[in-house]
Amino acid sequence: MDGEELTEQETALYDRQIRVWGADAQRRLSKSHILVYGMKGTVAEFCKNIVLAGVGSVTLVDDRVVAEEALSANFLILPDKNQYQGKTLAEVCCDSLKEFNHMVHVSVEKGDISTFGVEFFEKFDTVVISCCSLAKKKLINQKCRKLSKRVAFYTVDCRGSCGEIFVDLQDYKYSKKKLEETIECQLEYPSFEEAISVPWRALPRRVSKLYFAMRVIELFEDVEDRNPGETSIADLPGILKLRKELCETNSLSESQVPDALLERLLIGTREFPPVCAIIGGILGQEVIKAISGKGDPLKNFFFFDAMDGKGLIEDISEPNTGSQAALINDDM
Amino acid sequence: MDTIEVSNLNRQFLFRQSHVGQSKAKVARDAVLRFRSNISITPYHVNVKDSRFNVEFFKEFDVVLNGLDNLDARRHVNRLCLAADVPLVESGTTGFLGQVTVHLKGKTECYECQPKPAPKTYPVCTITSTPSKFVHCVVWAKDLLFAKLFGDKNQENDLNVRSSDAANSLEHSEDVFECRKDEDIEQYGRRIYDHVFGHNIKMALSNEETWKNLNKPRPIYSKDVLPEKLTKENGDMEKGCTTDDISAMASLGLKNPQDLWSLAENSRVFLEALRLFFLKRVKEIGNLTFDKDDQLAVEFVTAAANIRASSFGIPSHSLFEAKGIAGNIVHAVATTNAVIAGLIVIEAIKVLIKDSNNYRMTYCLEHPSKKLLLMPVEPYEPNKSCYVCSETPLSLEVNIHSSKLRDFVEKIVKAKLGMNFPLIMQGASILYEVGEDLEEDMVAIYAANLEKALSELPSPVTSGTVLTVEDLQQEFSCSINIKHREEFDEEKEPDGMLLSGWVEAPVDKDNNKPIRNSESTSNALPAEEILDGEKDVEIQEIPEGTETVTGKKRKLSEVSEGTSTNHSGLSDENRSHNQLEKLDVDDEDDELIISDDWESLTKKKRL
Repeated sequence: MDGEELTEQETALYDRQIRVWGADAQRRLSKSHILVYGMKGTVAEFCKNIVLAGVGSVTLVDDRVVAEEALSANFLILPDKNQYQGKTLAEVCCDSLKEFNHMVHVSVEKGDISTFGVEFFEKFDTVVISCCSLAKKKLINQKCRKLSKRVAFYTVDCRGSCGEIFVDLQDYKYSKKKLEETIECQLEYPSFEEAISVPWRALPRRVSKLYFAMRVIELFEDVEDRNPGETSIADLPGILKLRKELCETNSLSESQVPDALLERLLIGTREFPPVCAIIGGILGQEVIKAISGKGDPLKNFFFFDAMDGKGLIEDISEPNTGSQAALINDDM
Repeated sequence: MDTIEVSNLNRQFLFRQSHVGQSKAKVARDAVLRFRSNISITPYHVNVKDSRFNVEFFKEFDVVLNGLDNLDARRHVNRLCLAADVPLVESGTTGFLGQVTVHLKGKTECYECQPKPAPKTYPVCTITSTPSKFVHCVVWAKDLLFAKLFGDKNQENDLNVRSSDAANSLEHSEDVFECRKDEDIEQYGRRIYDHVFGHNIKMALSNEETWKNLNKPRPIYSKDVLPEKLTKENGDMEKGCTTDDISAMASLGLKNPQDLWSLAENSRVFLEALRLFFLKRVKEIGNLTFDKDDQLAVEFVTAAANIRASSFGIPSHSLFEAKGIAGNIVHAVATTNAVIAGLIVIEAIKVLIKDSNNYRMTYCLEHPSKKLLLMPVEPYEPNKSCYVCSETPLSLEVNIHSSKLRDFVEKIVKAKLGMNFPLIMQGASILYEVGEDLEEDMVAIYAANLEKALSELPSPVTSGTVLTVEDLQQEFSCSINIKHREEFDEEKEPDGMLLSGWVEAPVDKDNNKPIRNSESTSNALPAEEILDGEKDVEIQEIPEGTETVTGKKRKLSEVSEGTSTNHSGLSDENRSHNQLEKLDVDDEDDELIISDDWESLTKKKRL
């Protein structure tokens, strides 16, 4: 049974977190393989967290060459041109991440992720993507869902002082202790495409406005064939026009997608480091929960806005997916 | 003042394995300069309570961010920030929980406006005679047995307090713990074992009164648990002694710290650990204090606690668990700390740009409350009864004839009021003070005063006297009205003094027993005191002392959306944060944070 037990080194290093989630969970973490795409500041924070936690391996994909603006929010890239010149974001981040925990295998995968076949994704337990177009998100999500093995899928994006996380654990079963009993729980997650297809008028009245705002900008980028994050305040008129159309189609008042919020998201294309830390922290915890099977995973969107300071969970799914019922107000 | 330990590395990511043993402040500084070389960072590898960090020092800063791991240091910094009128951003985490709070003098509550739970203490008799929980056994093993065997011999120790024949047993007990000339280490070990687990229990059983309503413990003797001589079983006596990693577990082939040991295994560990201390670390004996990073000490305490637990029918625990209890270890993960760190920076930026309308307290929850994992709350106004920031006088009921000044200083001024270098005055007379530049004759007078009853001081204290207590470093001053009272309940008021106006944290529900400060029984400081606060990048919550918010006393403001566009039809004036009062906003667009959730919140946070 020696192969099963944590080594002395692991016990010493992970002592404080084993006291949180237990040795079994730690063992499961050490066997897990994570794929990460899109190495911006938030994802850098996330990677740092899971490497420190002691996952089995982390594979990074991002062939973009390091540019100076990456330094503003990605602390894995040291401001030494000699070090990063000519290298890709994945390569530089990989080198830095390795230093945090020698027991974690960190590597780089090159190439266009949309061309990777389904069998590539089978190697992983968890896939996290950022800086992705709507089309790519759907594509990768689908590839994960096609596998017989359950691969957890997450998207994460930060714009300015706001952040969004999406979680798809497909059919997720886990157990937890309530008082003295162990109860079995089951959650059914929609895919990204299914989730965002839920008609807006069918959603609970007080769904975060950030959800709608992100969808508008996401769709705009898709329609205008822009790279993710490549929108600016100059696009505001086009964005507002699209918002109008979407709201009309969905019978939603435009006040649910405020001008001010859209402006902020367009102006603040750069990530804001403390928000990266917060989103990267929440995402890290979610991934750890799902791998270890301990703790209620969030379903299925998380939003944070530094302006009001709220970090909230929204369940964007069809009401009859069998888990938490959507709250539908009488006066709708 | 902290140095880097291996167990820090799972979350304190500015540090690497190669930095273990080095100063946290210095290494953190170097690490940060690597990615932002243009910041001026000055590390101080010093205790935050050091006298050089006075009010003048604090005034140099625009904001203070705390990353402390004990209540005492936090209170100290709180007072300095108040005195210097510098904004303070406080924070803490424990596992998945965390919070960030902002404190501005006069505008918001100070850190001490709301009661903070004090570190847990237990009644002496529970520890010495009637343990009912494993933690009681751990405290016994650590603060009594370990201290008695390996600590300062001159220190008072309650280990043999409850014996039927007090006078004789005192004589007897002096001999018991000293190794006799003719006995080898194993014989000595077994004799100690039999004394504390056998004889002492047997003696306690003879007092029928104690056990009327409790389960009786059973005495345990080594010959019944380990009939054969250990040397035969161990085989290679030198095993486990090769490196500086002297360990009973290694010596006995016990590999997994998460395993539960049988009574026999615990007994072997007990005897082996004791043997190794005397064989390999004899020079330290007489000077040792328990240190959670001392493997052999942890093994000994675990084994001793488990044997005692076995005697009293209490379930045993693994070394891993016992270490956590004995060492007051706070469980911690990188992710919660990252979230809290991000929130701290957001608040700090607001302070620096003077965005005073938007300061908030933020709570990071483990389970969402009304969809919220991160819950922002408007800061409260200062508590008008806070004796720290509102200078409200306190009252003390005390028997002025039987209580000495020393009791007052130790139990009230230092322990409860958190003053480190107190000055006590009655009117214009100084009854007591601490300082480096005091004249010798004054020092002598103060020393003498400590031993006098309050009513017999040079400036006698009577009912109605007002004492002024100050800590010059904290620039914190407080008045206490003295009221004489003859009788005090030994159980409920073991200190013989009752302080009121000082807001005390609510008592834990399953520990309704009266609390007496167990520090009087041993010199052992709780582990967290040893790692005393240096401004650490890492943020730790005090053990078992997660922040408690008593929602009943304070009004909670609703959180209004910070967006500039206002669809609610209310004017901006009504929604102004400046009011810091509960607003009756009937706005469908706003989320309401409802105060009756607060109780469930606090219950969840008490792990």
